[in-house]
Amino acid sequence: MSLEARLSLRRPGFLLDAALSLPERGVTTVFGPSGSGKTTLLRCLAGLERPAGELALGGEYWQRDGYFLPAHRRRVGMVFQDGRLFPHLTVRGNLRFAMRRAGCEEAAMDAPVALMGIERLLARRPDTLSGGEVQRVAVARALLSQPRLLLLDEPLAAVDARRKQEILPFLERLTRELALPVVHVSHSLDEVIRLADRLVLMDEGRVVASGGVTEMFSRLDLPLAQREDVGAVLEAHAPRPLPGYHLTEATVAGQKLLLPGESAEPGERLRVRIRARDVSLTLKPPSETSILNVLPGRITEVVERPDAPGQRLVRVAVGDAALLSWVSRLSAERLALAPGQAVYAQVKAVALA
Amino acid sequence: MTDPDLAALWVTLKLATVTTIVLLVLGTPLAWWLAHTRNRLRPLAEALTALPLVLPPTVLGFYLLITLGANGPVGQLLNALGAQPLAFTFAGLVVGSVIYSLPFVVQPLRDAFAAVGHGPLEAAASLGAGPWDRFFTVAVPLARRGFVTAITLGFAHTVGEFGVVLMIGGNIPGETQVLSIAIYDHVEVLEYGRAHLLSGGLLLFSLILLTVVYATNRRSRVVGS
Repeated sequence: MSLEARLSLRRPGFLLDAALSLPERGVTTVFGPSGSGKTTLLRCLAGLERPAGELALGGEYWQRDGYFLPAHRRRVGMVFQDGRLFPHLTVRGNLRFAMRRAGCEEAAMDAPVALMGIERLLARRPDTLSGGEVQRVAVARALLSQPRLLLLDEPLAAVDARRKQEILPFLERLTRELALPVVHVSHSLDEVIRLADRLVLMDEGRVVASGGVTEMFSRLDLPLAQREDVGAVLEAHAPRPLPGYHLTEATVAGQKLLLPGESAEPGERLRVRIRARDVSLTLKPPSETSILNVLPGRITEVVERPDAPGQRLVRVAVGDAALLSWVSRLSAERLALAPGQAVYAQVKAVALA
Repeated sequence: MTDPDLAALWVTLKLATVTTIVLLVLGTPLAWWLAHTRNRLRPLAEALTALPLVLPPTVLGFYLLITLGANGPVGQLLNALGAQPLAFTFAGLVVGSVIYSLPFVVQPLRDAFAAVGHGPLEAAASLGAGPWDRFFTVAVPLARRGFVTAITLGFAHTVGEFGVVLMIGGNIPGETQVLSIAIYDHVEVLEYGRAHLLSGGLLLFSLILLTVVYATNRRSRVVGS
């Protein structure tokens, strides 16, 4: 059930003009500054706005040539920023609202309820729930509507930082188990790294770029590379704790990398984020260094950023992945850093995502 | 209470009940439209709805009498259809009361629908609920307090009606004579005792009704918060 969309919507002072093509499963995060049209795009997919253009899911048109399938017949599960639970119904009533219209048996409630950990909330009214609980119920409710497409509109925006860490694992688990496309709107880098398989960057109503998360974060021509905390995001495989050292060894880009902590479960998919400012480059393999992680690679790109004239941002290919590194312009000239050159990337800190 | 007084009470309750039901049927879609439309004509529609609040009832009654009477446009239309003119009939009273009490039903409903907003309705749509389904299972329960207020005010205001009824209903006992006019008649012939009975009864009835409504609304607010 892949999704193909070409949509435009004019609003006073704003034009959404976006093309989108999503695979049949996995999480696509729409990322961009506020006002860039992320939520509007999501609302168009849900049928809550009437844009011009075409939209099809799994080859079935929801919108084309004046035909418009209304929201209630699209079977789109939408989780709004503020949850939008029905205040006149209990949590169970909210879930039943979705189930009855999707033709579900009462027992269908069990799995999403367990997945979201809301068993003890069923008899409660929405106004007695915390922000995080509201969002977990909202996700369960959306799942019970038997959606063909799941839309998450900044599901954690109204949740405080501590609660976010409580909900993110639920969302992570959920999005990996679902066999349907998930579109997730966010402006939190943390959420992107935890949840996204693919990234769609939006700015001023347009799709600037889209692609896999690791690829997108290693590109130097995107707004992501203009961020203060620019850095690469890499997949880490086969984590193995090193007891006593509070470290975990994992395979990243074909190399062994030591990660902080011992929390990783064996077999778990892990992502690590390595900021450009935590990576330094040497031409020879360093010996007798306190830095644990040294990865051999080859420079593919060196760019100057207008806001940092004394610095160069360097992209280093390591295996099939890439690292980014900030070096001073002086160092870049002394080491004659240029594309094609073999270097060793010394990684000072790795953040587990 | 004497027979004519009982008859007046019966006419009054019947009138208020029928009027309230008609107003709910007509006023709910109007209130929904006013709460959701972006039409440029909305201010005009709101002004027309609110007119009975500011016009003297006699003005309203006068125009209704002219419109509904045998020579008025509605009267002639009904005559052509072989029906009786509405002036000086119970049906005429209902028409007058509906117009007279319109704002008391439409305004609370409009405010309640506006307060519900688009959010819950969009959520319901995304969960597969069609327009009527959304209206009855989401909008109406959430606008419940607006309905209670609208029904109470519409009913009570019709019970207390005087000017419009006098103009278009005349004063036919058992047919169009309502309590407020019966009181007026008693006072005119100095039957203060009977006027007291009816007036005091109306006063008590209105007070009890409004107290119950405000208490109910308060309770649902406490539960809801």
